[in-house]
Amino acid sequence: MSKNLLAAVSVAALMSASSSAFAQEPLKIGFLATLEGTYTVLGEDGKRGFEVALKELNNMAGGRPIEVITASTDASPDSAVRAARKVVEQDKVDIVIGPLSGSEGIALRDYSKTQPQVTFINGISGAQETTFVNPSENFFRFNMDGAQWSAGLGEYVFNEKGYKTVATIGEDYSFIYTQVFGFALGFCSAGGEITERFWVPLGTKDFGSIIAALPDDVDAIYLGLGGGDAVNFLNQYQQAGGDANLIGGTIMVDGTVLNSKGAAKAALVGVPSSGPQADDWDNENWKKFVKDYQDAFPPEARFPTPALMATGYYNATIAMGACMDEVKGDLSDGQKAFRQCLANLEMDAPNGKIKLDENRQAIGTNFITEVVEDAEGNLSNKLVKVVENVDQRLGIDKAAFDKIGLPSRDVPECKKEY
Amino acid sequence: MSGFARRHPVWSVIIVIAVAVLLWMMFAIWPKWLTELIGSKKIFLNALFNGITLGGLYFLVASGFTLIFGLMRNVNLAHGSLYLLGGYIGYMFSDWTGYWLIAFPAAFILVGALGIALQFLVFRRMEGQDLRQTLVTIGISIVMADLMLWIWGGDFYNIAAPSWLSGPLETFFVTAVKSSGDLVFLKYPMVRVVIFAASVVIGVGIWLLLNRTRIGMLVRAGVDDRDMLQATGVRIQLVFLAVFAFGAGLAGIAGVVGGTFQSVAPGEDIRFLLASLVVVIVGGMGSIPGAAIGALIIGLAEQFGSVYAPTYAVVLTFLIMVLVLAFRPQGLMGRA
Repeated sequence: MSKNLLAAVSVAALMSASSSAFAQEPLKIGFLATLEGTYTVLGEDGKRGFEVALKELNNMAGGRPIEVITASTDASPDSAVRAARKVVEQDKVDIVIGPLSGSEGIALRDYSKTQPQVTFINGISGAQETTFVNPSENFFRFNMDGAQWSAGLGEYVFNEKGYKTVATIGEDYSFIYTQVFGFALGFCSAGGEITERFWVPLGTKDFGSIIAALPDDVDAIYLGLGGGDAVNFLNQYQQAGGDANLIGGTIMVDGTVLNSKGAAKAALVGVPSSGPQADDWDNENWKKFVKDYQDAFPPEARFPTPALMATGYYNATIAMGACMDEVKGDLSDGQKAFRQCLANLEMDAPNGKIKLDENRQAIGTNFITEVVEDAEGNLSNKLVKVVENVDQRLGIDKAAFDKIGLPSRDVPECKKEY
Repeated sequence: MSGFARRHPVWSVIIVIAVAVLLWMMFAIWPKWLTELIGSKKIFLNALFNGITLGGLYFLVASGFTLIFGLMRNVNLAHGSLYLLGGYIGYMFSDWTGYWLIAFPAAFILVGALGIALQFLVFRRMEGQDLRQTLVTIGISIVMADLMLWIWGGDFYNIAAPSWLSGPLETFFVTAVKSSGDLVFLKYPMVRVVIFAASVVIGVGIWLLLNRTRIGMLVRAGVDDRDMLQATGVRIQLVFLAVFAFGAGLAGIAGVVGGTFQSVAPGEDIRFLLASLVVVIVGGMGSIPGAAIGALIIGLAEQFGSVYAPTYAVVLTFLIMVLVLAFRPQGLMGRA
């Protein structure tokens, strides 16, 4: 047994040693997503987006065949670092695509600094800090952060929906802080007031008491939950007879929740929200991407339309492919030319134009949406409004934005002027 | 009861006072200072009742776990997988037939049958080898988790409660008085009331089964001295099979309950395994009343934690476990 193992390992070692002599050496890509835990469904859709992109690239990048090494995380920072170490240090990948969740992104930004020979392209993680504080030279993010995904939502619910007071409830970690941050900046400067902010641990499954603690004298409740937590909340909220107006965070009304099995999601019909895509956007690139996604998987193995995780991983992979083609597969000199290309890339992505700022963070398009139910009872996000050119400072100038502070449980403070 | 009061006079007084305060907090209309101190009565009552109903769910899972451990000394770390499987089976049957109640016998029978298969094919062959059994059950739980992910995917499943169970129930607890003098009554989710009632019925049922029937007598004798029971000519393997099937079936039922007021998804198996381990460690390994008390304490701690100290809610249950291990390592109701 051990003899066989030894033989296999030495053959593998010989093969990898000899193949480096060829120009057609495969490009090794480490793929990280949450394929376990609360965010499993989200990770699975991210993987689908990644696969659609690979199919479009014909599994080749810059003339080199792509070899994928998948590693699973569970939305915790340490699981992300463990998975990244595995693909980087053991499998020796050239490029890492991932991670999916907010705090994972911050952890991988720090890890990427210790591995300058590898390029990290973010999957869809959306904490602000990842690219805003101490950004890493080799960490690129082609998706907007949680605050950018909230751009325009606060103004919309204040002006169009007429909600003057709002309480927020969210999972207690960086991505949701960032989402509430973006919502609060818009909502408070429009004149609204946030009365209370509830934070629950990620992975909370019994919301009974928190639902009872929600104030009943506010106009609406902002929900910053995702995955299984979101489904549990909605289910128990209906059981408790809740009937307040709801506002959804980006992953609260994402395809992963809208397509859950059972009646819980019914509470979401009519809920306004915002995020980096709208299911019914009338745009050529978006329609093509939706069709490619639908063609790539049988209906029971996918969502009716791609969720934002699929879009994020798709964009990251397509960006990688485009730049590999431009440098003709040459990653020498510490991947310098490849990174140069990524930094200057302007993408005509399915969800609008994307370019990177000086921190290698996306400037992109945001969509205000409302949840609608079709004749068969399927839920989807209907486009209400498009907000273009959303940058990481949400149009606020640098000095004023820095003064607000980093998103946390009680930052930003709710006031009219920032 | 009076014996306890005579032996522990101080504790008795404390318990009586605590119960009196609790009853007063439940039924009285709260004065203003109390509301200012700890928030509205609605929040307190909800946390209390939610803690009790969550405890009911934990009891359903943990009672099977503790029963199996008590009799067979088998720490079945695949218990969480049985819970999750019960949830999926319950969803399929209720979705297929349209009757929520069908989900319970279906989950009980199918998961119970799997329990029989596990005991007959696996555990019977490694009797008395604790470490081996523990490792094998971990292995089984990993394989089952992957199989379930393969069959049902990573989606979230919600078992739909029938319409007579959805929505809130108006209770007779007064939470506040409006300025007009009208009383505001507490509204409480109907489904949680029913779930709690069901777990009480099951709990009492298990107690009666164990203490009032011949089978129960065999099981209790087996817990005390397995070898001696076997020597008296009882076919102990049959008792083992029955207990394993029953414990597994209970986990299956708990899965249906959990799927109704929470959700069924990958990862829940580990969560409920952990919960039942904590419950059983706090309550005492192998004791059904211990499982009930442990489940109640852990459920209440989670719910009160989630409203009054949200940041530390996760730590609280483990803190309780540490305290119990430090001062009463055999568990609250466990025998030394």
